[in-house]
Amino acid sequence: MLLESLVLSPTIAAADAARAVGAAPMWVIAIPMLPLLAAALNTLTAIFKVKTKLPAWITVFSLAASFVLTVMAYMTLRGETTGVVAWDWFDLSWGDGQGQHLLANFGFYIDNLTLIWMLFVTGLATLIALYASEYMAHDVGAGYSRFFMAFCLFVFSMACLVMGDNLLLLYLGWEGVGLCSYLLIGYFYKKPAAVAAAKKAFIVNRIGDLGLAIGVMLTFVHFGTVEYAELFNSAQLQGYIEAVQTGHAGEVPLMAQLIPVFLMIGAFGKSAQFPLYVWLPDAMEGPTPVSALIHAATMVTAGVYLIARMYPVFLVSAWALPVVAWIGTITALLAATIGMAQFDIKRIMAYSTVSQLGYMFAGLGMLASTGAVFHVITHAFFKALLFLCCGAVMHGFAGQLDLRRLSGLWHIKGWRIVAVGMLVGCLNLSGVPFTSGFFSKDMIIAESFVTPGYGFSLLGWVLLITAGMTAYYTFRVFYRVFVGPVVYEPGDELHSAEEEEAHEEELEHEHATGGHFHPHAPGIAINTVLATLSVLAIVAALLYFVSPEKHGWVGSMLESSTAATIHSEAAGEHGPAVAMFTIQEHAPASHGEAHAGEAAHGSFLGYNPHEVMFYVSAIFGLLGIAIAAWAHGPRGIASGFLGNRTDAAHCRMDTIAKRFGPIPRWAENKWYVDEFYNFILVRPLWVLGHLFHAIDRLLVDGLVNLFGVLPRLLGRGAQPAQSGILHSYALSMAGGLGVLLLIIVVVTH
Amino acid sequence: MLVLAQSGFPEVMGGLTLYHYLMVSAVMFCLGLIGFVTRRNLIVMFLCTEMMFQASGIALVAFSRFYLETTGQVFVIFVLTVAAAEAAMALALVVLLFRRHETLDGSVWSVLKG
Repeated sequence: MLLESLVLSPTIAAADAARAVGAAPMWVIAIPMLPLLAAALNTLTAIFKVKTKLPAWITVFSLAASFVLTVMAYMTLRGETTGVVAWDWFDLSWGDGQGQHLLANFGFYIDNLTLIWMLFVTGLATLIALYASEYMAHDVGAGYSRFFMAFCLFVFSMACLVMGDNLLLLYLGWEGVGLCSYLLIGYFYKKPAAVAAAKKAFIVNRIGDLGLAIGVMLTFVHFGTVEYAELFNSAQLQGYIEAVQTGHAGEVPLMAQLIPVFLMIGAFGKSAQFPLYVWLPDAMEGPTPVSALIHAATMVTAGVYLIARMYPVFLVSAWALPVVAWIGTITALLAATIGMAQFDIKRIMAYSTVSQLGYMFAGLGMLASTGAVFHVITHAFFKALLFLCCGAVMHGFAGQLDLRRLSGLWHIKGWRIVAVGMLVGCLNLSGVPFTSGFFSKDMIIAESFVTPGYGFSLLGWVLLITAGMTAYYTFRVFYRVFVGPVVYEPGDELHSAEEEEAHEEELEHEHATGGHFHPHAPGIAINTVLATLSVLAIVAALLYFVSPEKHGWVGSMLESSTAATIHSEAAGEHGPAVAMFTIQEHAPASHGEAHAGEAAHGSFLGYNPHEVMFYVSAIFGLLGIAIAAWAHGPRGIASGFLGNRTDAAHCRMDTIAKRFGPIPRWAENKWYVDEFYNFILVRPLWVLGHLFHAIDRLLVDGLVNLFGVLPRLLGRGAQPAQSGILHSYALSMAGGLGVLLLIIVVVTH
Repeated sequence: MLVLAQSGFPEVMGGLTLYHYLMVSAVMFCLGLIGFVTRRNLIVMFLCTEMMFQASGIALVAFSRFYLETTGQVFVIFVLTVAAAEAAMALALVVLLFRRHETLDGSVWSVLKG
């Protein structure tokens, strides 16, 4: 088989049978291996200095093949938990006791959660690679190969992260995606801002990665295994979960409760949650396809995946998931407030990504894992779409991203598809009824009112208000940039440093001849991708109707995965997680009517949250859009309502913002969080670093140099003897001999 | 002082004792040393070292005879051989050094002074 030849020493370990995991067919190994192969081929194109679009086609075809295989895997393996070992990786043993045998194969664990993730990762990666083939066209040559090499390597790492059958392989993928993210953010390595952003992303991620590393180590120390199958089936873990369910949470050892805390830190770092979110907005310095794929759709959802995958481990602590929910909500609100005041459209989308990731974490924390994972999927589509639209604008207007300098793109010839794509993305992000974003966001918000305790209903209100803010800032972009009078100025930022001179000449030429800037409309590849993604973003809503009794397709998928928390209301059955929260509520016994089943449900102002949330969140969303229209809309059909904007830079919001005093300015400056971190972390570390440097130079170097200087000083003392006069040497030799003889004579007599 | 008269020392030699030989040797050595230190001509300096060599040779032969052992004499033959070889090389060196600076003055060679 061709596919098998890709795999080094394919051995299905005999231990598979013992793991209670079915055997997956060998060809699933090709899903991660094809991108790796493509990465290798793209390296070769760089070595052979290929000056065509070959790297893009290698990438697109290998990723498409990977996607097709994933679809095949979905068709054949759906609902099962299977595994396959590509080759042995770590098999270390230093004793017979528990925790003395480290087994981590290069193997893959395929369950529904894996399939969901791999479907949208490979699918979106294919589409975005196609988009990038045109977007990066100005860099054809070494840069092009470099870009697609890192792109493929990213998909490989992401596949390792998602498909790995043990925490060690997940960690490998985790670091791999971090590396590729670093490489791609710093793609324009001649631009200082891009280099700084890449460094920032890497360093902030290190903090989270350390948490994950500690979490993995603790898991091994405590449970004696890093393999999912063994971990989830271990009697120890089952015992803890049962203890928590029966109200004996105190019996769970502290170390087991610490594991989710450290895993959480890892997830917060990678998924840009408060307080580690600061790297993601800066990561927008990378090329837009990268922002769309890595920093919006896939890599940043790795944290969500980690928690969803390790749900059983999170359940052993009574407060791990509530913390996740709180942090997620805080992030969602904070990022939304910042997003409202930004002027760079790509940056607005970045903050919106942080905010939406906050929703996902809130959903996970509130045991709405179905909603969270559904939101991951819908968000992946519509946010990739939004980013790619922003990228098309940036590409066409020489790097212009300031919404005060662009207006009326809808009316420019050739930009209609971008504008429509943007509209679709904005509608989804705002949660307008019957869009996919509407259903997924609602599931999370509704769940916050359903699950009582831990202040979740307060979080629900915060999330609702944030949804309104999201709608506002999303449509602020749309009303400012895509409708209204046609006004635009080109940006001064250029796509690549290599091309800079040529482009500058071009611009000068344009100015010199008095001709004004012509935006170049996106070509066939970009438009195809935008159209496809628009359709997908709309169609994703249908997933909700696939099996409504289980909260949609995602619910039916998650039912048989580690993230299962579905509780069928009709049957009154409660998953382990829900039971846990019910018990927690019983213990204080203050909620009088909190007894099993229906009564354990919270309510939204006296109504069943699942039923009314559609209307409530729709109202918040539409309200946000209306405010955006009023404050930023162009003078239009109903000029009284739909704003009074007549140029690009000025709108009704300017006068309103003045009434808020310095608050909008603070929000525009990101609440000075970066400055705060700079003050409390970066500066002290910088000072400390210089202090250590000084100590190193004075003390350590001084000591070493002292030993170097001593012989020299000694030599300096003896130097005069080396006079260069032959006779004096002879004389001193004779004299020395005489003295020696004298001593011998004196001593011997 | 050393006991200079020894049993077994041949009568024929009359009043000559080890002392005389050693004196000759010492005088020769000192002459060589003084010559080496005071003269600047490379060839003369070289000859002076040869003289010191021979002085030590005399001492060795004298002791060899005194103790009725052949080791000293054997050693002297070796010294003479080495000295011959060394003389050939040293003179060649002197020629080369002369070609460099067109002088036999040893004090011009002071490149390695500290």
